[in-house]
Amino acid sequence: MKYIKYLLIGILFGIVMTKSEAISWFRIQEMFRFESFHMYGIFAVAIACGILMHIILKKLNVKTYSGDEIKYTLKDNGIPSLLIGGTIFGLGWAITGACPGPMFVLLGHGVWSILIVILSAILGTFVYGILKKRLPH
Amino acid sequence: MQPLLDFISQPWHWSISGFMIILVMFLLMYSGGRFGVSSNLRTLCAIGGGEKFSDYFAFDWKKDVWNLVFVAGSIIGGFIAAFYLTSPDPVQISENTQTYLQTIGIKTPQTISEGTGFVPKEIFNDMSKPLNIILMILGGFFIGFGTRYANGCTSGHAISGLSNLQLASLIAVVGFFTGGLIITWFVLPNIL
Repeated sequence: MKYIKYLLIGILFGIVMTKSEAISWFRIQEMFRFESFHMYGIFAVAIACGILMHIILKKLNVKTYSGDEIKYTLKDNGIPSLLIGGTIFGLGWAITGACPGPMFVLLGHGVWSILIVILSAILGTFVYGILKKRLPH
Repeated sequence: MQPLLDFISQPWHWSISGFMIILVMFLLMYSGGRFGVSSNLRTLCAIGGGEKFSDYFAFDWKKDVWNLVFVAGSIIGGFIAAFYLTSPDPVQISENTQTYLQTIGIKTPQTISEGTGFVPKEIFNDMSKPLNIILMILGGFFIGFGTRYANGCTSGHAISGLSNLQLASLIAVVGFFTGGLIITWFVLPNIL
């Protein structure tokens, strides 16, 4: 039962991703071609609201609903992993028009070929896990 | 109820969308989670017994099941939005992009009967073309490999990380765009 809230937030996320059109391959092409403000507008508003939200949460020392410390995103990887890994992900994002969130949302749309993308993404993560120690980080 | 559904069903302005994404992030954080989808790929590998092959998959994945439930919800949300909150018109893509896509053989839907404008049917609905299958496999592989290498994707870095002012996330986003621009400007026009 403790998972039900995550299911509900997930449902909201699926609806938001669809109505925002961030799951659209066409929107991603438009973004990378700099021919529309739509995706940049989404990111700009999200990041601005997100920064404000972080300031408020920290200032008021807000806890989770169960009274625990909130988990803040801490990213401290090395620059090579961010640049190389990030670029590799960017290749996949532009080819499929989907990042990890939207690729699952599209499955809900009945875009069955996205299953190939999902399975291949799991394989990609698996191969990364095997090669991790030999890659520059 | 119907007026409300009609209201939600119209395409959302980007400012509404951006705000709603942060609402999702807040709800996750307030529930004790965080907003980052790609780590689920690692969890799935761990559940599948990946620790036999790499220490990277040797962790207590049970602590991350909530995130898989979130993903399951997002599939349901996609279904609800696709079948009950359908916009009256397809995604309105800029004229310039439409004209360009036409030159590489991809038609942008003009009416909802031609498509929703989420995925191009020339690529996603025609699995008889080997190139399309190769694109799906390669694209997926890059997503899974790259996001775990960079330790985050659009949700974890571009939204969560940037809004918590993490320099690492800014560097990752530079990477995302480098890869995306290479494919969009140099690869897709030459292979499609």
